[in-house]
This record gives sequence, C-alpha cells and structure tokens, in this order.
Amino acid sequence: MEKCKVTIDGKTIEVEKGITILEAAKKIGIKIPTLCHLDLHDIKMVNKAASCRVCVVEVEGRKNLAPSCSTPVFDGMKVITNSIRALNARKIVLELLLSDHPKECLTCAKSGECELQELAEEFAIRKIEFEGEMSRYRKDYSPSIIRDMDKCVMCRRCETMCNEVQTVGVLSGINRGFNSVVATFFEKNLEDTTCTYCGQCVAVCPTGALTEVDYSWDVINAIANPNKIVIVQTAPAVRAALGEEFGLEPGTSVTGKMVAALKRLGFDYVFDTDFAADLTIMEEASEFLDRLTRFLNGDKSVRLPILTSCCPAWIKFFEHHFPELIDMPSTAKSPQQMFGAIAKSYFADILQVPREKIVVVSVMPCLAKKYEASRPEFKVNGNPDVDISITTRELARLIKQANIDFMSLPEEDFDKPLGESTGAGVIFGVTGGVIEAAVRTAYEWYTGKELRDVEFRQLRSDEGIRTASVNFGGFELNIGISYGLGNARKLLEEIKSGKSNYHAIEIMACPGGCIGGGGQPYHHGNLDIIRARARAIYHEDRHKEIRKSHKNPYIIELYEKYLGKPLSEKSHKLLHTHYFKKVLY
Amino acid sequence: MSYQRYCLVCNSSKCGHYSKAIADNIKHYLRENNIKDIKVVMTECFGLCKQGPIVKIMPDNIVYSGVKPMDTKEIVEKHLINGEVVSRLVHENKKSKQLKIVLRNCGFIDPENIDDYIEKDGYFALAKALKMSRMDVINEIKLSGLRGRGGGGFPTGLKWEYAYKQNSDQKYVVCNADEGDPGAFMDRSVLEGDPHSVIEGMLICGYAIGSNKGLVYTRAEYPLAVKRLSKAIKDAREYGFLGNNIMGSGFNFDIEIKYGAGAFVCGEETALIRSMEGERGEPTSKPPYPAESGYWDKPTNVNNVETFANVPVIINKGANWFNKIGTEKSKGTKVFALAGKINNVGLIEVPMGITLREIIFDIGGGIKDGKRFKAVQTGGPSGGCLTEKDLDTPIDYDTLLAKGSMMGSGGMIVMDEDDCMVAVAKFYLEFTVDESCGKCTPCRVGNKRLYELLEKVTSGKATFSDLDKIKNLSNVIKDTALCGLGQTAPNPVLSTITNFWDEYVAHVNEKSCPSGQCKELIRYIIDHNKCVGCTACVRVCPVYAISGKVREPHTIDQDKCIKCGACYNTCKFDAIYKK
Amino acid sequence: MKKINSYDELIKHKKEIEKNKRSELNKIIIKISLATCGIAAGGSHIKDYIIKRLEEENIKEYIIKDVGCMGYCYLEPTIEITLPGYQPVVYGNVDEHKIDEIIEKYLINHEIVDGIIPINYETI
Repeated sequence: MEKCKVTIDGKTIEVEKGITILEAAKKIGIKIPTLCHLDLHDIKMVNKAASCRVCVVEVEGRKNLAPSCSTPVFDGMKVITNSIRALNARKIVLELLLSDHPKECLTCAKSGECELQELAEEFAIRKIEFEGEMSRYRKDYSPSIIRDMDKCVMCRRCETMCNEVQTVGVLSGINRGFNSVVATFFEKNLEDTTCTYCGQCVAVCPTGALTEVDYSWDVINAIANPNKIVIVQTAPAVRAALGEEFGLEPGTSVTGKMVAALKRLGFDYVFDTDFAADLTIMEEASEFLDRLTRFLNGDKSVRLPILTSCCPAWIKFFEHHFPELIDMPSTAKSPQQMFGAIAKSYFADILQVPREKIVVVSVMPCLAKKYEASRPEFKVNGNPDVDISITTRELARLIKQANIDFMSLPEEDFDKPLGESTGAGVIFGVTGGVIEAAVRTAYEWYTGKELRDVEFRQLRSDEGIRTASVNFGGFELNIGISYGLGNARKLLEEIKSGKSNYHAIEIMACPGGCIGGGGQPYHHGNLDIIRARARAIYHEDRHKEIRKSHKNPYIIELYEKYLGKPLSEKSHKLLHTHYFKKVLY
Repeated sequence: MSYQRYCLVCNSSKCGHYSKAIADNIKHYLRENNIKDIKVVMTECFGLCKQGPIVKIMPDNIVYSGVKPMDTKEIVEKHLINGEVVSRLVHENKKSKQLKIVLRNCGFIDPENIDDYIEKDGYFALAKALKMSRMDVINEIKLSGLRGRGGGGFPTGLKWEYAYKQNSDQKYVVCNADEGDPGAFMDRSVLEGDPHSVIEGMLICGYAIGSNKGLVYTRAEYPLAVKRLSKAIKDAREYGFLGNNIMGSGFNFDIEIKYGAGAFVCGEETALIRSMEGERGEPTSKPPYPAESGYWDKPTNVNNVETFANVPVIINKGANWFNKIGTEKSKGTKVFALAGKINNVGLIEVPMGITLREIIFDIGGGIKDGKRFKAVQTGGPSGGCLTEKDLDTPIDYDTLLAKGSMMGSGGMIVMDEDDCMVAVAKFYLEFTVDESCGKCTPCRVGNKRLYELLEKVTSGKATFSDLDKIKNLSNVIKDTALCGLGQTAPNPVLSTITNFWDEYVAHVNEKSCPSGQCKELIRYIIDHNKCVGCTACVRVCPVYAISGKVREPHTIDQDKCIKCGACYNTCKFDAIYKK
Repeated sequence: MKKINSYDELIKHKKEIEKNKRSELNKIIIKISLATCGIAAGGSHIKDYIIKRLEEENIKEYIIKDVGCMGYCYLEPTIEITLPGYQPVVYGNVDEHKIDEIIEKYLINHEIVDGIIPINYETI
C-alpha cells in the first residue's frame, strides 16, 4: 500500500494513501465529530453521503472546507480540524439541523441514544440562532416500525442500509430542497410496501426518525390483569445484549439476571425461546432429511437446498422478491411462533385453561417479530399464538420502570417445562447457529452415529456469505450461510440460475444474525459489539450440559406426551406453516 | 424604380430620439435637390448605440456616427450629391463588438442538413484530428487556452489530458446540455441551430481521450433541440462520421441522447452522471472526479455544449489563431444571453475581455425606457451582481470571480433603478432553494433559512443582527455546501449586501424600500395638493381603503390598504405616490 | 447517402455540395429563424405566409431554409433574404404586412424597405 504523510492539527503521521481524513485523524487520537457518516465495513456498508457537513475541516490550499469523512488524504496534506472557521461552520450546521428538528427530546424514543442530541450537547448549543418553517410529515405506523420524518436529518443511512445492504429498496430520498425527505414509493405506508421490518434502518438511524413500535405498556397491562396468565419467552440473542442497557460490557451474558428480572416483573411463567429453537430443529432437521433422502433417491418433485425459516424479515423478503422459490424454505415455523403454538395448546392443556386465558409475550432482538406475531395465519379464531412481541430495548425499559436494580439481581433459572434448552437452541442467536444446530441433530439421525465434537468451526465466521461442507459419513453436505438480505439475494439468484449445489442454506436478515437485530441495544456503528455478543452466545453453548436439540428431555417428553413424532399430523398443524406470494408494489 | 443609393437611418431605441428628424431632414434635402434615386430606410440597431445616432450610406459602406439632425444637410449635399465623404462624422472603427465562433453557423445553415454543415468546413476538423496523434490533439486544445464554458472555467485541455491518462477498458464523453440557468439559452440555440458542431467536438474529444461512447444529457423540455440533434446524429451515422472505423481511421465512436427532467442541480456533473444512471440526481463528493470515476464508475469527460462547439474551430484554425482572441487567461469568445431591462434582448457572442459597458450600452442598446443602469447579474443564480463601477472592467473568468460574481453559463440580466437589490437577491435565492436537491444540510436548511432572513428584511421585520446572521450564514454555506449549487447560492446575497449595503440598511432602519419594490414596505399616499376628488381611485380600490368627498382630496386608510397599486395606476393626476 | 471513408472523400463531397449550390445562385434564398424562440414568436406562421404569397406572385425560383437562432430575440420573427447577386438582408419583427411589403418592394423591385437589421458582428 502506498504511504503518504499527512499533518493534522500539527501532528504528522504516515498513513496509507486513499484513506479519509477522518480515519487518519482517528489514528492519532483526533476524534472529528460526525453525524451522517457510518462505516460498517464488516458488512460492507459505508454511508459516504457526506451530506450533514458536521465533520468539515480546513485543508491547506483548498478554498472551502472539506468533509473529513469522504475526503481522501494526499501526500503533504495539512489539515486543521479545530480552527475557528471549522468550529463556526460546524456549529452553524448543527444549529441549522436543529432549526428544522422538533424539540421533543423529552418524549422522543431515541432520547439518550440520539446522535444529534449528543452533538448538540457537545457543542453547548443553548440557543438556536435560526428559525423558520419546520418540516411536517405524517407519522407512519406499521406493525414494527414508526417513521417520524419530522426528525429526519437526511443522513441517508437508512437508505443505504435498505437499498445497498438489504436490497429491499423501500426507502429513498424524494422531493427537492427543504422538502426533501426519505420516503417510500409514492409515500405509501410502510405496511403497503415490501418492507421486511428487518429493523436495520432503525438500528442505524441517528435520531428518532425511525423507531420501534413500543408495546411495553401492553405488557404492563397484561400482567396487571388478574384474569390472564402471562407467559414470557426470551430469544437467545437477548441475553447476550440486554446487559449493555445496564452499563455492562458488550458480550456479557445475563441469562440468570434476565430471568430474575422477568420474574420480578410479574410474569407467571418465564420460559425460553431456546426451548422452541430445539423444537424447531426437531422439525426442520426431519424435514431436511426427508427431502434429502427423497432427493438422493431421484425424486424429481423435491427441491433442494432447503432454506431456513426462522427469520421473519427473510420470510417476507422472499415472499416479495422470490415468489417462484416459495416451496424451498422449510415449512417449520420460527421458534417464536412454535413457542406460542405449544404454549397455547400443550401448556394450556397442562394448566387446564383455554388458550384465550394465556397471554404469550416474547422478548426478541428483532422488529420483524412484531410483524410475524401479527400475521393472520398465526391466529386461532382471532387469538394470536404470540400476543405481544417486545424488543430487548423495550424489556430494558420495563425493568427500569419497575424499579428493578438489574445489577444486584441474583441469577435464577427458567421455569419448566418450556424453559429447558440445549446449546443448540442457544446458538440460534448468531449467524450459522441454526444450521449448526440442525447439523448436530441431522448428523446423528442420518449416520446413526454419535457426534462427539459438536462445534462446526467451518460454519462460524462473520463473513456475510460463506460456504462450508460437512461430512455426513462419507456424504458431503454443502451448506451456504448468509446474513444480510443483500447477501441472501445473491445466494437466491445463484439458486435461480441453477449455479449452486447447496443442500441447505441458512439465512438471517441482520448483521451477525439475531445478535445484530434491529431490536437490540444500539451499536452506533461499532460492530465489535456484535462480535462480543457472538462470543457470549458460543460461551453459553459451550457451558451447556446438553448441546444437541434432540437430547433435550423436555422436548422428548413433548413428543412422547403430545406431538407423537416430528412431521406428525399434530406437528404439522401446530409447528408448520406455509408462505404467500406477495407483490413487489 | 430602382435606387442608386440607400441611406440607412438607425431607428432603434437609443438612436430613435433623433431618427425621425434625421430621416425627415434627409428626405427634405433630397427633395429640395430633386434627387429621386436615393432612398431613406429605417433600420434596427447597429450595435453602436454609444456612438449613435447612426446613419449608413450604401453601397458606399460609409457609417456616420453621432449624427444630429442639423448634420443632415451636409451629408446630403456633400456625400449624396457630390460623393464626398463627411470625414468629421465618419465612424472609423468598423470592427464589430461581436465575434461569432460558437454561433458561426447558427442562423446561417439548415441545422437538419448535414451538407450545409460540411459546406462550412464541417467535419474537416475531425478529419484533421484523426490524422494527428491523440496527445497532439490534447496539446492543441491546451495551447488554445479553451476553458469550460459551463461556468467553472476549468481548462478543457487539462481535463481531457486527465481523462486520457486514465487506464480503463471504457471511457465516456458526456456533453452537458442541461442548461438550467434562468435566462440562459445558448446551449439550446447551438443544438437547435448547429447540432453538428457539438457532435464534431465530442468526436474529437472521444478520439483524444480514447473513448468510443458519447452521451448528450439534455432536458426533455428542449424537444426541438432533441429533434434536431437526433437528426444530426442519424445523418452523421449515415455519412460514417459516427460508428465504426470513422473515415478509415480505425476510430469508433457513437453518441446517445439521455434525457433529464429539468432539475437545475443535474447540470452539476456528478449529479448529471447519477441522473444518467437512473438514480436520483444528487451530486456526490469530489474527489473522485468524473475523469477518474464517472458514468458507471468509468473515466468520464464532461464538457458543455458551448465548449464542444468551440473545438472544431480550434482544430481547423489552430490553437495559435484561437489564443489571440480574448484576455491573457481567458481565450476565445463567450456567448451571453442578454436579458432584463435592456433594449436589445438577445443572444450575443463577444470576445473575452470586452467590457460590460460595451455589451450593455452598445450591443444591448442601453437600458429600457431611458432608465438608469443599476446592476447586472452574471452567472445566473450562482453569480453575483456587478455595478456601475465595474462597467469598464474587461470581463473574463477571473475578473468576474474577483468581483464576487462568475461567468456561469452566460446569463446576463440587467437591472435598472427600479429594481430593489434585496428583492433581487431574494429572487435568485428562491430559485436555488427550490432547485436544491436537499442532500446536504447547508443547502437544504441553510439556504432556506437565508431566504427566510431575507424575507424578514424585505418585510421590514429584520434587525441589524439579522444582517450579521445573513453574512455569517452565507459564508458558512459557501464554505460547507457539497456542490457548486449550494456553494454559490449565497453569491447574489453577498454581492448585493456588499454593493448595496445602503439598501439593506434602509429596509432595516427606515423600514422602507428605496426602489419601492418591496410590497410590505410601500405606502401609497394621496397628495392633497394634486387630488381633485375624481373618485377614480375609490372605484378601483378592492378593499375600500380610500375615502373622501367628491371634488375634495381623498385619503388612503393605511390599515386597510393591501398595496395592490390599483389606485396608483388609475390616478390621472399623479396625485398618488409611493413611499 | 454514402459513407465518407477518408479525408479525400470528404473534400470531394464538399466540392460536390459547392457545385450543387451554384445552381442556387440565381434563386431567392429566404432563411427563417426557426429555433424554439423563433417558432414561439410566430416564425412558422410567417414561413407559411411567405410560401403562400410567393405562389400568389408566381415567384418560382426560390429556396426557403429553416435555420437556427440568429440572436435577435427582441426582433423575432426574423428572416434573411438573399437576392441573386445581392448581399443578404435581414429583416426583424416581420408580420404579414411586412412580408407583403418585402415581397412587393424588395423581391420584385429590389428596393430595400424599412426594418432591416444591420450586421453588427464578425464571424469566421
């Protein structure tokens, strides 16, 4: 790499040619403030719009100020980041942004997490010199996401995420000048678009323009209702991130404290989605082996690869974009929905109550889960299998509201029978985890041999698209794994063009899998946080006594007492679903 | 009957005061001398208004300037009868102020006939270039001193060389025909009047930089330009000037037309490229420049219509011919679209270095209705205004920039004493506020806030601290906006606030508009000494704000008055005045 | 049309054009400024009217050419007339009445009429 010498604020440094002023400055401890800039190069997302102009700096010999986030360094470049000219410009730019921003910080969902608020605080802006017309847009409520474009600062991160990373293409800049805003096709409601509710736009939005729909008060109401039995399930990725909301280091697993907190919140039963993840493996691995065997026996009606179906954003994505592949994903419901279905049938029977008496609350790292819970096929006579789906962030707020001192909580265990899970269920939370869990079970069923080393390292990585093969007793099983819907699109295009020879593919919509979900604590562009969460998940798996789903005694009991065997008629009724061809617009 | 001689008398606005008297006098003396084979003909402007009135004798081709009615006897007796030139009146310098290089064929040839173009040496420059080495072509353009005519004035040869040096399997030549400056229409005129000159310029550029694909980005609102350009492209293909192995040289090149929807910002080259790719027309940060990474991320050379139209002439006549025209750093000519409060509104082409005075008072025929010149806006909404004191500055890229304005694409809008300069600044800013793409904060919010501050000034609500804010905000916008549109948007504000500070102060301090243009600051008042009580004003007032008895002086109720001016226009006794 | 394959062929073609143009020398050439602005000012109508009037006057040896902008925005519609053996003359602000006058006086009697635009530029 060619090197060049740059002087920033009087300090000279040798850096690779072509990096930005911002990156070069960072190397010598100069932190230039940014707003629109977001570089998630691990997932190949770089928002280089350079539109906010907060990061402008003085470059010797240049007539105007340069945006440090997008200006490459050159040899002999002299930069001043904190001259009065740059500071005055930055302050005025901030004041301009604030002059068209609602001053509703007290009631804003992003308060405390808002990057604009932070900058305003840093710059000690006490009075906004400019005033005038304010942007006014209607709020758009969808099952998962609220768009409040009055708060949009046109950083375009959501647009980059939606179009370039996820290739969903719902959000785009429209109109001109002061009236320009990020909007949907013909300003339709999100609900009427191909939005998958993956929530990555929310995850990167610096302000309160994109936020989740908050159901925490519905949870409080349900718990307060003496006529309801309120059951909570928690997704695997939640425990790896919840601690961050209480100041713990990223990657701290807080399973026990989380269970204790949920019990103190007043839930009647605290169960685990991981249990349902084990159940998912039972059904999905069976379905896969069934398809694989028929396929290898030359049955032309069988299509491979099988695609995982745990991620609701991914499901909505292929329903819109790949309706011709609708028979390829596994018909197994996601763990959240399997849990709901079992809680309101099997567990309701145990309690001897009608399903209507039970309220199932799920705590998810995900915004699309809210939408999934609302899908009509997951209702029985209008009663949903999962009543309320909240995010990790909402749970943290519930805990705070209930005056629970999270840090001083003891570690407690999930309730039985739907709270027991294996290491296979835990790793659902991280990319490659579902397929690894499935392989652990499918291997033993297919080969009839015991699997000694359950850790399939070849399936673990933070690459957005990866392929691996697993030896199934002489038979090479080709596996594809991807996260991010743009990567999923590439794999699906390969399948469509007949170029791929995968037997099974795992797809997750979010970076790093569910641990990077749209409902997790905000990572503010630091993907190390997501990596730390992945380590926490694998750590938890490693310390589980049972690490294969089909060895979970409560799962075995569920099949013995209630379902019969995987893919039985009852299993099909409760644990499998079907998909719908959806239009693009 | 046929005439031996014609006596042409300029009857255009400036000379017009005397022209009738001059013509009548000449006719009178002709009659007196019983001369019947000389005819007096009234003409339009000679473009010598400053020296007017003008009389020209044909076919002798003698021009008399500064002719007064009393000079006519001498002209008739001395010249027309005795054939002796009246030397004291002869206008010696017959050199015209205008020089047509870009417009060399406009209005002379049939734009839809390729043979008309070839007859005027069309495609000979291409033939010549194809026999030169690519670098020689670029050096010729560099030596000519040609600079981009789209506004920025970047040396064209350097731009070509930069694109030439890029290693790429594909390069593009883009002609920016997205003319968006209000009041500028030279690119349209060239495309409508001489499309082949642009095609030939693009071909030469394509050959020089090593590109086989040209694109013309024009606006869908220019249907005739598109029609004529399409016909020209089709004809050029049939003659083999476009296509493969052009004139046996092995050079391949073809041109495609891309349509824009007319957003002003799409004239900015990076936004133009995004628009051609089918994306939202938004500029991107430079670097990378289009020459490195442009259309579909390939090296792309973008020049505007007028720049390309210059190229064939430079190749044909040589760089050393071209660089003798103009000033030290700005060579050749510039086409201007003259508009505003000027007599001869039109499209003109003048050598660089001409003064504004020559443009406005000679070619333009001076200010309409004999009013006083106040300012001229060059460079459209991105430029600034120049005033009386700048009239004698030779204009080129650098002098205009030094005066806080710019060449721009060549719009030139003249303002007279009736124009309020705060309102003018507001007018231009309104345009850029409307046309901003909304991408960067300084342009999206900053220019809007700047506009709102100006509105405060024109409505008499501003304070001195608002004027400070205007200056500071303008400078920050210039310093921080992403593209040329935003960076130059405050220019009209800054240049008017510098040149017409008193007018701003009057709006703030006295809450009055010296030009009587800012509606909210005007008061219509009836002069009781002049009012005869005819009640005409009472009848036209839409809000019943005028009261008074018949045949007695009337009064306007200022609280009710909406300043529509109906009374002012109706009064036959000049009894109503603006304050 | 045939392709021009070399510099020499271009020269040859130009000579042919010039040869063909020689036959136009004894015709009246009327150029009408018909860019967007000229058309907007009524240039097309003037063109139709000229053709109609020439037919009425039984003038046959003429060529009408649509040309681009002549630059006289303030004098549209603008036409340029070249009589055989004469210098071109430009008339601005022409209307039907002016056309009648030009045809009667200038085209038929070669007598210049009011309203001509003197050439105020140089060209290459």
